Amino acid sequence: MHKDPQPLSLHVPEPGCRPGDAPDFSDFIIPKAGEARKPALDASAQSMRDMAFSIVRVLNKDGKAVGPWVENLSVDQLKSGLRHMMLLRAFDARMLIAQRQGKTSFYMQSLGEEAVSCAFRMTLKDGDMNFPTYRQSGLLIAGGYPMQMMMNQIYSNAEDPLKGRQMPILYSAKDYGYFSISGNLGTQYIQAVGWAMGSAIAGDTKIAAAWIGDGSTSASDFHASMVFASAYHAPVVLNVVNNQWAISTFQGMARGEVATFAARGHGFGIPSLRVDGNDYLAVHAVAKWAADRARAGLGPTLIEHVTYRAGGHSTSDDPSSYRAKGEGHAWPLGDPIERLKTHLIMLGAWSEERQTQAETEIMDEVREAQKAAEAIGTLTSGKSSSSRDIFEEVYAVMPPHLVKQRKEAGY
Amino acid sequence: MRMTIIEAIQNAHDLAMARDDKVVVFGEDVGFFGGVFRCTAGLQEKYGPSRCFDTPISELGIVGSAIGMAAYGLKPVVEIQFADYVYPAYDQIVSEAARLRHRSGGDFTCPLVIRMPSGGGIYGGQTHSQSPESLFTHVAGLKTVMPSNPRDAKGLLLAAIEDPDPVIFLEPKRLYNGPFDGHHDRPIVPWKKHDLGDVAKNYYTTPLGKAEIVRAGSKVTILTYGTMVHVAQAGANEAGIDAEIIDLRTLIPLDTETIEASVKKTGRCVIVHEATKTCGFGAELSALVQSSCFFYLEAPVTRVTGWDTPYPHAQEWDYFPGPARVAQNLKKVMEV
Repeated sequence: MHKDPQPLSLHVPEPGCRPGDAPDFSDFIIPKAGEARKPALDASAQSMRDMAFSIVRVLNKDGKAVGPWVENLSVDQLKSGLRHMMLLRAFDARMLIAQRQGKTSFYMQSLGEEAVSCAFRMTLKDGDMNFPTYRQSGLLIAGGYPMQMMMNQIYSNAEDPLKGRQMPILYSAKDYGYFSISGNLGTQYIQAVGWAMGSAIAGDTKIAAAWIGDGSTSASDFHASMVFASAYHAPVVLNVVNNQWAISTFQGMARGEVATFAARGHGFGIPSLRVDGNDYLAVHAVAKWAADRARAGLGPTLIEHVTYRAGGHSTSDDPSSYRAKGEGHAWPLGDPIERLKTHLIMLGAWSEERQTQAETEIMDEVREAQKAAEAIGTLTSGKSSSSRDIFEEVYAVMPPHLVKQRKEAGY
Repeated sequence: MRMTIIEAIQNAHDLAMARDDKVVVFGEDVGFFGGVFRCTAGLQEKYGPSRCFDTPISELGIVGSAIGMAAYGLKPVVEIQFADYVYPAYDQIVSEAARLRHRSGGDFTCPLVIRMPSGGGIYGGQTHSQSPESLFTHVAGLKTVMPSNPRDAKGLLLAAIEDPDPVIFLEPKRLYNGPFDGHHDRPIVPWKKHDLGDVAKNYYTTPLGKAEIVRAGSKVTILTYGTMVHVAQAGANEAGIDAEIIDLRTLIPLDTETIEASVKKTGRCVIVHEATKTCGFGAELSALVQSSCFFYLEAPVTRVTGWDTPYPHAQEWDYFPGPARVAQNLKKVMEV
């Protein structure tokens, strides 16, 4: 039977709600806390396929830790986790204001995603290396990197370790396991795999952690990383932070509205799972499991951290122009700080009063660091990085043509 | 002993790997097979599969993973099978390898060598013949090297491996087996029967950033590199002009002293390269010569290059700037 060909039409993915709509997460299926099983460390990707479609959650709605992923972290560990997240949030708040005050050019905060980087960092050892994006500053905060150094970088002042060369928050801190951030997305993912391969070639015990956002999984760097990580069994943890939004583009665009980001791992035979990114305990447990696999020579693990970018992408966009009003409040996985706080209170180790007190103390601590950084300078005042530094470190030894140009520039 | 460029490159890898266990070599077909041009033959067998290995077909993956390894503390020497295939890795080279030291304030560095066969002359059409050197010389933070004979290939590669920064190492594939001078209809003298095929067995380096005067002359300076060093000599001989020929060897950093001294002496300058003309490396050389030697010049600086078209297949020899075009341009420059 012959039919006339029908005209084709292009499908363009769009989120369920945009400004003017009521926020709606009814399609978002959230398993109960404690439901997800914990596979053996050497489980095959095939045997845990279902975990790429479910979500590992530990803290239930009452703030109780339940299920096989409970690690029994000490109260001190939990308190320092809470403190790290609060520090990061306070730091972000101050720096956002500093940017609005014109003290720096640009800023990006981790609001709502604090648990992902802060919890993950605690499962790494000295010498392990993160290849982060711009929204994992918690790796530095939880790793004990001095806040003032971060601010020196943000202000590009005379003490900026990056000598004024990089935009704010594109930190580099080798001694703290934090690789230099590039700014063009996705490139770090394959470098993390290469770093991990290097560790394996050298017979070392160190592992790498790769970081990428939901949007950048579309880049070919992600694909190459998966191929290399699976081919060479690289000791790397492959993190995808799905915070629902790539600037104004919803996460459904990058995954074609089907499957999940974790499911991307299946084609490569990489054990893959999703975790509640707003649940400090769940992130910690899953990260520990994946890091242990890497250390045991069992190769890469893909983790999709399901979270929500509660703020704008950066100081250069206004999310109310592309997201439904109140979407952040409607986000069903709640706020990571609130949830860990509730858990500590439930354990009898914390209280609302102590929380309020801690908030004040932490803000004072951040202000103190800020005062010290600003005493050196900001982008627009005080002692700034030297323009002579433009020419330094392009190469280990300055070649003649740069010596000439530096003289011409007057330095 | 006598070696081809292929053997000289293989030998450089071998010596570097024996000397420093941080040196690792990988790329497509590089391990078991020893490379499609055999430049890594025998290395996997000698040093084991974790120091010389095959990769998936992903230039992005090869260079990106090498950057991570270099940051870890190893010294990767990677092969891109043909320079024409390097573009998927371009972001990693330009935005990452080239800038890592600078952007991290020296916190991380990228000691890395990216080797790739370049240039035409093998009926490789548009995807096996390109000369992309100016895409690298335009990038701050990279060094770009192209040898023209076995002795330099070995010394320059060992210098590149010792270098603390990323080096793009372009190998003129038409020279792999002998000094091809552009006369495609004549047999080439193999390196084994050529004095420039004499390569010392020991470890030595040829410094980056130093050009070599391969033929002294008084009437005109020819600036060239790679395959065209030999083509330029043929062209000068056929034109019967007393040309001074400079093999640049390293494009960045460029040996401006040697260039300037020569042009000031001869008063004329012809630049010869295979790559397309517009915004090619010859444009940079031309600008340099006119600004530093302007009052010594007796004729306009002239470029003999590939045409600004994709590299053709069947019409290869009408595209390739062979000795006849070099000779013709030399004569023209001398008539001014």
